[in-house]
Amino acid sequence: MEADIFVKRRKERLIFLALLITLTVGSMIITEYDMMKGFTSIIKALIWGFSHFYPDTKSMRLLPDILISLKETVLMSIAATTVAAVFALLLAVAGSRTTRLNKLSSVVARGIASLFRNIPLVVWAMVLMLVFSQSLLTGYLALFFGSFGFLTRAFMETIDEVSNNSVEALLATGAGYFPIIFQGVLPSCLSQMISWILFMIDTNIRDATLVGLLTGTGIGFSFDFYYKSFNFHAASLVVILIVITVIVVEMISNGIRRVIM
Amino acid sequence: MKMEKSMKICGQLSSDEIAGDWGDIRPLNRATLTVRIFLLVLSVLTIYALATIDYQSVGMAKAVADTLHNFKIIFLEPEANRLNLWEAFYEIVITMGLAFLTTLFSGIIALFLGLMAAKNLSPKTVTRVIKGFVAFIRSVPTILWVLIFAVSAGLGSVAAVIGLTFHSISYLTKAFSESFEELDRSVIEALMASGANWWQIVFQAVIPSSVTYLLSWTFLRFEINFANAVAMGAAAGAGGIGFDLFMDSGFYFDLREIGLITYILIAFAMVLEAISTNIKGKIKTRA
Repeated sequence: MEADIFVKRRKERLIFLALLITLTVGSMIITEYDMMKGFTSIIKALIWGFSHFYPDTKSMRLLPDILISLKETVLMSIAATTVAAVFALLLAVAGSRTTRLNKLSSVVARGIASLFRNIPLVVWAMVLMLVFSQSLLTGYLALFFGSFGFLTRAFMETIDEVSNNSVEALLATGAGYFPIIFQGVLPSCLSQMISWILFMIDTNIRDATLVGLLTGTGIGFSFDFYYKSFNFHAASLVVILIVITVIVVEMISNGIRRVIM
Repeated sequence: MKMEKSMKICGQLSSDEIAGDWGDIRPLNRATLTVRIFLLVLSVLTIYALATIDYQSVGMAKAVADTLHNFKIIFLEPEANRLNLWEAFYEIVITMGLAFLTTLFSGIIALFLGLMAAKNLSPKTVTRVIKGFVAFIRSVPTILWVLIFAVSAGLGSVAAVIGLTFHSISYLTKAFSESFEELDRSVIEALMASGANWWQIVFQAVIPSSVTYLLSWTFLRFEINFANAVAMGAAAGAGGIGFDLFMDSGFYFDLREIGLITYILIAFAMVLEAISTNIKGKIKTRA
């Protein structure tokens, strides 16, 4: 019997490998991906990057403009996350198993969250573009809808996971619905929720570049503009500023997490 | 003085908002203070952002009404106009192919980088260098990598796959190295004492014990890569369903077809999620 297991395992591995290779070759054919071109373009990109993709003195003069759009983007990401978090909290309380009003509210809340979460950010951006045109509001709303779906789900799971004991204890003392939520559920989930909010701000600042590119606002637009006018020195300056921002935000959020968790 | 005052204010604010009457009873330790300051800063920034946002004379009421109207068309009247269903399906398969190649390449590379970045398996300098490198890659948004590679490779699947792979490598390396680090130090020491070399330790102990994590991270990343591949199609013209989406909204203003594409995307996302949950369950029961 022992030997059979090894034979079976080897067979399984071979089948898995064959499947993987078929899928790989299949996807390469469908997407017209050229392996050689892939490798050579990495090298070419590196050479090009070192020779063209760095900020020069001329691009430094654009720094104030870029900083303004960077500030706009960061503020937009933060505002979208915060407002989304407030709405997500309300919906999560209505939808979580421990705090829901009734079964129906839970089903409705989960449905809304899943709808918002599964519609890609790109779709939000494109659809909102039609009405709000190229304004920061488009980006703001796209990020808001995306974060709203994600945070609702995250908050619901946090409430389910964390607050069971305290809710039971408060129920035993005869506390009402709102005291339970404000005294029991929220305080015990707060640090977890803040961790999720931090994560979302982080993600949103990254995604804001993409949304900005699509909707023609903020730092994404700055990059796109310089990129398309072949002003690569300025474009590289944008990239460097984004990197610095993301790293700083990451450091701040790690610091906060370390203190509160 | 100013600092003290603002702290006092924020204490009052959040004790009303969050802790209710408990504010007086609970001691103000570092954690609660941080939470309060964080919430205060967040709300101030948000209010400032919302107040200074450039609304560009968008009539709010009309815009909201129009958006709702658009949503009604998108979700209730989806229709295929330029694409037929079969073509839309094929475009999705292309997007899927991009995501698959990306995940495969980055998974393989990240496996090795992850081993080198794990504290218990590699010398300190190596882990530091790799972790720093990976953190840098991660902080540049995916779309920018794709566009940067598009300069040398031209817009298309090559730039998309390489750009997405770059980002995906950095994500998976972090995840992989963290799951490697969970392995008990004593296991490695025992194997070392019995004379096993580094490769034997890796393939007999480290990878088998963390294979569940590795696979579930990879599947998670596949889902993210799928979403990213859609976005790359739209923002960088990398082909696939994202490009059709972009054309429909940017050039044809065809809301009905956006609706159709959205539905197909949602369906695919849900199928992916179901498959990955299923596979994860299977791996878990076997392990």
